[in-house]
Amino acid sequence: MPAIPFKAEVHGTPELATIELHGDVNAAAEAALAAAYREVAALGASAIVLDFSDTAYINSTGIALIVRLLADGRKDRREVRACGLSPHYVEIFQITRLSDYMRIFDDQASATAAGVVVTAGGER
Amino acid sequence: MSVHAPAPAAIPTATGPAIEIAPNDSLFAYLQSASGVVDAERLELDSPALGELRAAGIRLVVPLVAQGELIGALYLGPRLSDQDYSTDDRRLLTTLAAQAAPAIRVAQLVREQAVEIQARERLEQEMRVATLIQQQFLPRELPQLPDWQVAAYYGPARAVGGDFYDFIALPDGRIGIVVGDVTDKGVPAALIMARTQSVLRGEAPRVGSPAAVLERANEILLPEMPARMFVTCLYMVLEPETGKVVYANAGHNLPYVRTAGGVIELRATGMPLGLLPGMDYPEHEAVLAPGESVLLYSDGLVEAHDRAGDMFGFPRLRELMATELPSTELLDHLLDELHGFVGKGWDQEDDITLVALQRTGGFGMTVGEVPAQTASATSVATSAAARPGGRVLLRASLPGEQGNERVAMDQVAAAVAELGIAPDRVERLKTAVSEAAMNAIEYGSQNDPTIPVDIAVDVEGDDLVVRITDRGLSGPIGSAEEPDLEKKLAGDQKPRGWGLFLIKHMVDAMEVTPHGTGQTVALTLHLEGAGDASHPVQG
Repeated sequence: MPAIPFKAEVHGTPELATIELHGDVNAAAEAALAAAYREVAALGASAIVLDFSDTAYINSTGIALIVRLLADGRKDRREVRACGLSPHYVEIFQITRLSDYMRIFDDQASATAAGVVVTAGGER
Repeated sequence: MSVHAPAPAAIPTATGPAIEIAPNDSLFAYLQSASGVVDAERLELDSPALGELRAAGIRLVVPLVAQGELIGALYLGPRLSDQDYSTDDRRLLTTLAAQAAPAIRVAQLVREQAVEIQARERLEQEMRVATLIQQQFLPRELPQLPDWQVAAYYGPARAVGGDFYDFIALPDGRIGIVVGDVTDKGVPAALIMARTQSVLRGEAPRVGSPAAVLERANEILLPEMPARMFVTCLYMVLEPETGKVVYANAGHNLPYVRTAGGVIELRATGMPLGLLPGMDYPEHEAVLAPGESVLLYSDGLVEAHDRAGDMFGFPRLRELMATELPSTELLDHLLDELHGFVGKGWDQEDDITLVALQRTGGFGMTVGEVPAQTASATSVATSAAARPGGRVLLRASLPGEQGNERVAMDQVAAAVAELGIAPDRVERLKTAVSEAAMNAIEYGSQNDPTIPVDIAVDVEGDDLVVRITDRGLSGPIGSAEEPDLEKKLAGDQKPRGWGLFLIKHMVDAMEVTPHGTGQTVALTLHLEGAGDASHPVQG
């Protein structure tokens, strides 16, 4: 199967923004994902949902990109959520402990409906 | 049927009135069943033909009947002597008609046959011209492309259709590939085919992109296209060095691509050429990896019918396309299957055109069961893989360039499909293979496509072993220690460094073995009790 080029689409409000990830999340996704985060930051959203429904492949470089986005989110006190992951990538998010730092939902509807989690540090 | 009247018998040298008796005229039915000579003046029938005969002075009508069919009639005017026709005259005419009718019928049949032969000869001559036109425009030779195998087949139907294919040399070593089909048959279709091909040959090197070439061809052909004719056409531009194809479609069948993960369609839509002005042809891209094949074809294959009237069909073609074969053998295989399907004495309904390209890539690949001793020569990985009692599932070499980790992943997944491993374990294996191949490409080949990465997949006893071997000289590529996510999130550690960690958690065992020019990463899945052995989920 030829590689599927990556594209990120941002929708949302100052309360909550969604980044829809289309295609393979690998090294080639770096610029588009960084641009999407900047767009979210410009909106001033207090939470981000990463929607992986249209993503069939995430490699370790893609994991690193998500770690970087999560780090940026923590720095900016912006909660990051994930949805639409296949069971395999839910498992990978668990193995890598990403799921300790971001809530994982089945779909975009449940991810956007969830309330904002405020911890003592306010990061998530 | 209408009956032509010969000259009245009483005036042998003169030409009589050519009065036709229409099949729905009551006189026609009357003559067909009459037992002999009919007296036109005494006959009481509501018949327009009878009125005309009387007006022309016809006295007697002698029906000519052969095998119950009225094939003509003799019209007789008044005798020269002004005497009535005698009983003997009538008897003579009846006998004459009975003998003449079969002879006239034979003469009629001979004449009809001669006309048919003439028409058939004209048609055959037209077919010969059409065939000559078509053959003149088909490529005389196939392009010779390093790392590609190209094959083409053109099988004209008896009634020549308008199929065509072409290879057009483009600037920068690219190749334009065309497969098309003109509606209609015979000389008109052949002429349109020739015109379309010459337009495409002229425009392709000048215009460049497939979408623009089809748009331009549509504008040129539209005013020239006869009513009810159009041309379907798929135009693809191949970059042989990279395997990249860019294509656009004017209503033609979608090409099939055989990949390690299965057969896919290259989807593209657009109106046939010569139908409507101002048409757009959306352009699409794909990359053919080493080992992958693409098939372009006309509808003569998929629309062939067997004796029961069933169609060969797209699903059957797609299934056959999955067979791992070089291009030439693929076409032979498809045609063998077609002939088996339609049976002996098949009357080919339409032209069949097939064009196949396989990227051999200079990096040999073998998929499927291969005797271990044969496979052992193909790669560094293979010599380590062959073990007594082992079974080889895959030997492949991929160029060491980014993106091929995904190709490796798909090839391994396809190779192990027959083992019936649980889907979740296959997903883990795919991730491990992708990560190991990515490391080999990045650290071993250092993203140099000329330095390949070898992949070997074997069943060894109760284990499935995937070996990924690089040919770099960069030495060990780090440890599989658990990355510190907290430090990464805090910015105290780089976000990368997950590859070996993931591999370790995705398979039952991982072993790294250095060799003279690089290293081999062996990934093992236990096949027995497999469902329980590799569930390293952490909370």
